[in-house]
Amino acid sequence: MKKIYLVLKSLFLIDIAKGLYLTFLRMFSPSVTINYPYEKGKISPRFRGEHALRRYPNGEERCIACKLCEAICPALAITIDAEEREDGSRRTTKYDIDMTKCIYCGLCQEACPVDAIVQGPNYEFATETHEELIYNKQKLLDNGERWEDALHKNINSDIEYR
Amino acid sequence: MIKVKVNNKVVEVPEGATVMQACEAAGEEIPRFCYHEKLSIAGNCRMCLVDIEKSPKPVASCAMPAANEMVIKTNTKKVEKARKGVMEFLLINHPLDCPICDQGGECDLQDQSLYFGKSTSRYQDSKRAVNEKNFGPLIKTVMTRCIHCTRCVRFMDEIAGTHELGAINRGEGMEITSAIEGGITSELSGNIIDLCPVGALTSKPYAFTARSWELNHFDSIDVSDAVGSNIRIDEFNGEIKRILPRENEEINQEWLSDKARFFYDGLKNQRLDKPFVKKNNKLVSSDWNKALDTIIKKINDNSPSEMAAISGALTDTETMYTAKEFFKGINVKNIDCRFNLSQVPFSNPNDWLFNSGIENIDVIDKLLIIGCDPRREAAVLNSRIRQRWLTGSLDILTISTPEDLTYKFNSLGNDISILSDLNTQIKIKSFFNNANFPMIILGDSILSTLQGDKIHKIVKNISKEANLIRKNWNGFNVLNKYASRVGGLSVGFVPSEGGLSSVEIKKALKRKKIKVLFLIEADDFLLNNNDLEDVFIVYIGHHGDRFAGNSDVILPTSAFTEKKSLYLNIEGRAQFTKIVTSKPGVAVDSWKVFKALDQKLSSVIKYNTHEGLLKQMFNDYPLLRSQNNAQKLKWEVEKNNKIKLASEINDFLVKNFYQTCCISRSSENMANCVREILEIKKVNNGST
Repeated sequence: MKKIYLVLKSLFLIDIAKGLYLTFLRMFSPSVTINYPYEKGKISPRFRGEHALRRYPNGEERCIACKLCEAICPALAITIDAEEREDGSRRTTKYDIDMTKCIYCGLCQEACPVDAIVQGPNYEFATETHEELIYNKQKLLDNGERWEDALHKNINSDIEYR
Repeated sequence: MIKVKVNNKVVEVPEGATVMQACEAAGEEIPRFCYHEKLSIAGNCRMCLVDIEKSPKPVASCAMPAANEMVIKTNTKKVEKARKGVMEFLLINHPLDCPICDQGGECDLQDQSLYFGKSTSRYQDSKRAVNEKNFGPLIKTVMTRCIHCTRCVRFMDEIAGTHELGAINRGEGMEITSAIEGGITSELSGNIIDLCPVGALTSKPYAFTARSWELNHFDSIDVSDAVGSNIRIDEFNGEIKRILPRENEEINQEWLSDKARFFYDGLKNQRLDKPFVKKNNKLVSSDWNKALDTIIKKINDNSPSEMAAISGALTDTETMYTAKEFFKGINVKNIDCRFNLSQVPFSNPNDWLFNSGIENIDVIDKLLIIGCDPRREAAVLNSRIRQRWLTGSLDILTISTPEDLTYKFNSLGNDISILSDLNTQIKIKSFFNNANFPMIILGDSILSTLQGDKIHKIVKNISKEANLIRKNWNGFNVLNKYASRVGGLSVGFVPSEGGLSSVEIKKALKRKKIKVLFLIEADDFLLNNNDLEDVFIVYIGHHGDRFAGNSDVILPTSAFTEKKSLYLNIEGRAQFTKIVTSKPGVAVDSWKVFKALDQKLSSVIKYNTHEGLLKQMFNDYPLLRSQNNAQKLKWEVEKNNKIKLASEINDFLVKNFYQTCCISRSSENMANCVREILEIKKVNNGST
């Protein structure tokens, strides 16, 4: 009995018809593929992309050189040198992140007591050489300025869960 | 002994012990801020509360004497709640700035609030803020962080003995401040940084340069004075970030002088990193082969009696031993480690050692200090004398010392000539009458005057006659100032038969009898530059200090943080320094210079490695092997009552505590101290 059923099923191409029916239905549902460089997918406010060093609204850099991010970084990607600035405040003289070592775990932004180092929504920072991916302080601060609006929004949207 | 029950565990403690000590004997950890073993009990932080049976309230265990049959509980709900409460009060006014605080990571308050405190704060009102104080060039203050444990105040009163700190106002308005504006002048002030349980007092030179968890620790030995304090050197990224004392009850307890603690930045400045040879009156950088060949040519051109060698304040024992062998090989007899023209005799170790041992200062009852300034020559040792004096069972008599030692004493005068006076000698003998543990400290400072040898003989004689030398007790002590001195004398870097001593070398230089002079890190050899014309000077050292500019060949060597080397402290205790950082440029350990020279000349030195060197040195001088044991030796005195001394007032003393060696002279921290402490002191003294 079972054998006859299988023979009939393959003879009338039932499975193919089923598959084609699904294909036919999909023609009426909205498309999910996007035309990447011109269209982009939606990302979570917690997305851990490219790093940025933020500033306060008055222009003062947030980072206080506490080195907690350096201490917690599991990939040892962060290198910090600190010094007393002329006004007596504690500041970094060097803040390097080796983006090729980084594993984008987000522990640095978790550790930061002043929300200075954050991982922003940007994931399009591929480069042609390795050297370009070793970020220095200036590059990170520039990132912060470039992405501040998005970073601010993301942090605010997450504030009640922290 | 009394029996105490701590958490159902019965322990025995000596009578007079506190409840806290009883708890510690039972293995219970009691949190504390104000209590410190070496300081008096204040009982004002209230962190050490414990529960004692039949006591209605928790009791501060640090201030409560333990009684027989006492039942103590440290793990009850009541104690836990009390600790949480105290912690919450302490944190009310303590800022939450741990990320920018240098104490962060090694902070008592941080640790204890984690283990004994609440995780949240209920405090809503505004916090108190306190103005920063000026505590001088070494100590940075953030007084808002202060929790008023008064450890620093008590340290200044009891150990440093300068009474410079105190608390003003009360309640919430209480502030720790210095009595006089313009910093702390004590030479032990750095220790309050270690004592401060929070980040209110931190090190200024170290400020913000590193975090405690990223530092590498190296146990080493201090060479800024001859006490041989044990230190811990903290290194990060190939740079020395700070120096801390290491506990050694036999030497420095847990204190360290400011010079030892802060002179490390001198190790970066003015360093010699390659050999230099003088050409047309100008020093030109060269390489080792050329520099050594230049020296060898000079050695071959001059007769041994026209050559001399002097070693300096920081020279390690291995170098002096190797140099001695080398000079023996080329038959040079004019070698001396007593670059400060000291006339301390060098045949019997008793003549130059601190025979009683530093630790035994804790038991002495009569002390005579002659011709030295322990406060500036051996600050840690001086504080030990003060601690003994504070117990009330020590009488102190001095001859030719400064007036501002940190304890009270009777002075017989500042003129050393009274020492040869019979009246004075009788006074001294009656002073030592009935003393159980009498002690004489004779300064190397006074021995470096013209009458040094005579003074040494007289004092030795007195100590014999006043019964200071007994079975199991030797009360005759020489206080050396330089880390290298005891090592140099012990391995015999002294003029051999017919050789010239440093005093005679100096005279010979004046008479142009010396043609080639080896200065082994000997920047403090007191010479006139005029005498050095026409002398071929070989400078072997690590800093471009006083003589480097005048020399004809400069050979760069490593400093004490860059080599493993042996130093003997004033008691003759052998201790090794450790390699912390790498040597600059092509510098080498200084003993290798003599090995290299020897290879090109007489080849008497057989060892090639540091281990080989040590083996042979210990074979030749078995006394060195008694590592970490003060040497006790036989005693010989030649009787001589007829020595007369000429009048000499104490202008031989160290005036500048902060700059006594090439490292401290190159140090910015020490220069700041001179500018901000010594010079202000001078102005203050002038006006009053």
